[in-house]
Amino acid sequence: MIEKPGSVVFQNVRKMFGAFTAIHDLSLTVEPGTLVTLLGPSGCGKTTTLRMLAGLEHPTSGRIFIGGKDVTMLPANERDVSMVFQSYALFPHMNSLENVAYGLESSGLGRRQARQKAEHGLELVGLAGMGGRLPSELSGGQQQRVAVARALVLEPQVLLLDEPLSNLDARLRRRVRTEIRELQQRLQFTAVYVTHDQDEALAVSDHIVVMKDGNIAQQGGPRDLYEAPASAFIADFIGEANVVPCEILDVDGAEATIRIAGLNHKVPSRGARPGRGKLAVRPNSITVEPAESAAFAGRISHAAYLGDHIEYEAETDDGRLFIVDHSVERPLAPGTQVAIGLRNRGIAIITE
Amino acid sequence: MQFSSVEVAAAMSNRNRRLDFALALGAAAMILLPWYRIERGFFSFSWIAEFLTDAAAVPAVAQIFGQGRWWLLAALFAVVLAAVARFVTDPERRSRLLVSAGAVGIGFLALQGLAIGLTGWNWSISETIFGPLRDGQPSMGAGAVLLAVTFVLILSFGLAERGVMKGDAFVTATISLLIFLVTVFVFYPIASMFIAAFQDFDGSVNFSGFTRNFLDPSIWSLDCLAGGTRCGIAWRTLWLAIMTASASTLLGLAFALVATRTHFPFKKGLRLLTILPIITPPFVIGLALTLLFGRAGIVTQGLSGFFGIEPSRWLYGLTGIWIAQVLSFTPISFLVLIGVVEGVSPSMEEASQTLRANRWRTFWRVSLPLMKPGLANAFLIGFIESMADFGNPLVLGGSHGVLSTEIFFAVVGSQNDPARAAVLAMILLGFTLSAFLAQRLWLAGKNFATVTGKGDSGANIALPRPLSVAVHAVVIPWMIFTLVVYGMILVGGFVKTWGLDNTLTIDHYARAFSVTVRDGALVWTGVAWNSFWTTMKIALIAAPLTAAVGLATAYIIVRQRFAGRELFEFALMMSFAIPGTVIGISYIMAFNLPPLEMTGTALILVACFVFRNMPVGVRGGIAAMSQLDRSLDEASMTLKATSFRTIRKIIMPLLRPAITAALVYSFVRAITSVSAVVFLVSAQYNMATSYIVGLVENGEYGVAIAYSSMLIVVMIAVIAGFQLLVGERRLRRENRVAGLARPNAPALTQEKAA
Repeated sequence: MIEKPGSVVFQNVRKMFGAFTAIHDLSLTVEPGTLVTLLGPSGCGKTTTLRMLAGLEHPTSGRIFIGGKDVTMLPANERDVSMVFQSYALFPHMNSLENVAYGLESSGLGRRQARQKAEHGLELVGLAGMGGRLPSELSGGQQQRVAVARALVLEPQVLLLDEPLSNLDARLRRRVRTEIRELQQRLQFTAVYVTHDQDEALAVSDHIVVMKDGNIAQQGGPRDLYEAPASAFIADFIGEANVVPCEILDVDGAEATIRIAGLNHKVPSRGARPGRGKLAVRPNSITVEPAESAAFAGRISHAAYLGDHIEYEAETDDGRLFIVDHSVERPLAPGTQVAIGLRNRGIAIITE
Repeated sequence: MQFSSVEVAAAMSNRNRRLDFALALGAAAMILLPWYRIERGFFSFSWIAEFLTDAAAVPAVAQIFGQGRWWLLAALFAVVLAAVARFVTDPERRSRLLVSAGAVGIGFLALQGLAIGLTGWNWSISETIFGPLRDGQPSMGAGAVLLAVTFVLILSFGLAERGVMKGDAFVTATISLLIFLVTVFVFYPIASMFIAAFQDFDGSVNFSGFTRNFLDPSIWSLDCLAGGTRCGIAWRTLWLAIMTASASTLLGLAFALVATRTHFPFKKGLRLLTILPIITPPFVIGLALTLLFGRAGIVTQGLSGFFGIEPSRWLYGLTGIWIAQVLSFTPISFLVLIGVVEGVSPSMEEASQTLRANRWRTFWRVSLPLMKPGLANAFLIGFIESMADFGNPLVLGGSHGVLSTEIFFAVVGSQNDPARAAVLAMILLGFTLSAFLAQRLWLAGKNFATVTGKGDSGANIALPRPLSVAVHAVVIPWMIFTLVVYGMILVGGFVKTWGLDNTLTIDHYARAFSVTVRDGALVWTGVAWNSFWTTMKIALIAAPLTAAVGLATAYIIVRQRFAGRELFEFALMMSFAIPGTVIGISYIMAFNLPPLEMTGTALILVACFVFRNMPVGVRGGIAAMSQLDRSLDEASMTLKATSFRTIRKIIMPLLRPAITAALVYSFVRAITSVSAVVFLVSAQYNMATSYIVGLVENGEYGVAIAYSSMLIVVMIAVIAGFQLLVGERRLRRENRVAGLARPNAPALTQEKAA
């Protein structure tokens, strides 16, 4: 259906709203046919970036290219992209079919042809035969699919999705995100996806761009970001992490030996140099055993039972640790003195 | 720029198409249309026959080369400049050329219009530079007006090509045209009036005249404080406005409390009160009071008959005007205060009660303070309305007028002193604008009314017992009084001569609205028909224009961000605070002589209505459009629709109720307004209200009342008819909006977050 997935390039883009700088100096490339997620906390500039790509905002300086063409000055309706809005923005006075056909008719397609293509679009998202329904007569999930169909039938070079799942309940969210990813892989279009939900980002993306305060904090594949976070911010944002100080004793090629609370560990070196450093430790990479005294000792200060695991907080000399323990048959009461150990995975030196 | 060749071609052809359109307009304006004003009116089309023969009807090119009006060459130059730009391919140079062509064109047209009058140069400085002119020029005509619009278009296309408003030519053109229109029809007249205040009869600038007029003791004297008979007119007007505003605010609050916080059985009837001021021509209350309390009024006659109280003329003066104004404006303040009283969140009051406060303490310490800004707002509205009121003082003022009537008499009366009228208008404008500024600046952000849209459960508490008794004691008699007054209006038309001969008759109606069949054709023989049909015609023309201009403005204010947007909105809302009398006088000052001569035409009435009633359309449009999620427009834009298509397909259908409301309101306002109209009517285009004012001045109360009640009936019919239509639509729309509401609510929070 999509014949020409396009690439997207941001070249030194800067966006100011009055005196406030929303985007500082953004350079970014999206390969054709991939799904790229812009991830970040609210106010990080991800939505502004998407809106600049759509043509709803124009950059203060810098260039934007879509499919190799400079679109920096083009208004939204002259760009070869289409967008799925967070609120869906379905036109309430038109039925699903009219909604989907709207963009086709705007592009100059005849009424009949537009309707035909629109029906096909509805089919594609599994809503065949629902064309006569008003948006108000559709469930949230169906509305969302109409919004996707409406954007897709235009066969844009790039599809933009602005937090498309945020209005769905948790169960539906998982299903729809799988559907979107499947659709994208089947039709091979380029998609730029904005979300603040890291699970969602990890699940659907080829490539994730994490933004913070109008800058790119780190980008890479889902695995790269999770396993090799560049900063404490990334480590904590992509999955939770404990950031603890450590000493890097020795670096031997790709492997480094670090020392934390008197215990030595081997972790990927990631270009670190010997000296003081920081470790990001995933909550389920920490083990706890009741012990009166230990090299790395702690005291359970808080425990919460969550069915398949127990969450602990432990006070240690290196600060408070957040621990996920899957051995639920042996709960530890708050106040228990424990020995803390580290597993071999889920620990990364933070290079920043 | 690295546009692909296809895309460059598409964008260019789009840009060239609209520019070609503008250039064609410009060519037509210079070649096909008479440049100057046609005496008999453009739409008589008498000029077609004399197009090339009559020197007065020839187009601009012939004016330049045939009539020696060489200065118009500059306009030709600007058009040619734009035509040249069309073939420039470098976007930077092209857009700069277009912007300068448009700006030079508009600037030049305005300048030559102001500088060269009927007999030659208006300004001596230009005469010394260019030497005297052989011939002056008459007022601008169709060609000149069209060319001015063309220049505005060219300017905005140029701006759009430079990336203004994200390159959206439609939006840029709309903004430019609105600013252009508001400048010509609001700011230019006001400026002319200010200038007129400094001019002598012969037009020369004269500051001593201004000083004399301004410091006139009849305006500012404070005699009454020092035991003299009366104070200056400015002080009396101010005093009246304060008294009216206080009384109508208190009464309005009492009505609002009764309507929302008691178990009063006639609440629906109370709410009906709020539409009364909309449908009542402004002098009608004064007329009805005359029938009750005038020397020949029933009450006066009754009192003198039963108790031997000597009939007096107490009604004619500030007291009478005050009563009439309080009757007229209480419904308005009621309307404002209902929202305020309902806006006090019940949970605040419930919280107060759980904190051991009784009802009395809750009302005084929580509810009332929360209403304070709303009360101040109602006061200021009442103040402005009272200041601007013209109808009631005209009927009841006698020789003790207020500023608005004094302005009128300064122009139409034996005084015929435009400079004095202008000075009085400036003073009046000063008062109302101060009140407006107070309202905007001081009250801004002080609104505690909490309409969050989140279902705020709980009920407002009932009033404390004594207060409840008190408001009922005020509201019930006043309601009865209002009913009696309106009853008088309906009955009054059927009584022969009030006080003298109280027999029932339909003579007045017959005289006003008789119809006879002569030679098999209907003949409208009644005296009122002429002005009645003129009124209907002009109101029908003005209503859609008002709605269009108002809603376009609302669209721009709500949906577009541009430098000066707030100033633009502020200026528009400010025009709401300009009293009709001031508008009337300023229109006369501005449009009586070239460059724009429109007095005596229907056009000036239409323009006056459009720009006077537009703020209401703007407010309605802003309210309605703010409820439409912005992402709907943006979705339409990303779906390849132009902003014009977005407005037509998305915004207009969703705004239908607001559009209808704006239409009805501007229609009705055009029928009821009198203050500006009395200055602008002519023998050919007389409006109903000014005709009625004439009847009153001649003492023909019977016919005047009959005509007024006829107008009220017509307007009730119109409003009821539209209400039925709109009411039905609203039901259907609510279904849809209910479905829309869910995705909408998070969108709002998102907008804040992003």
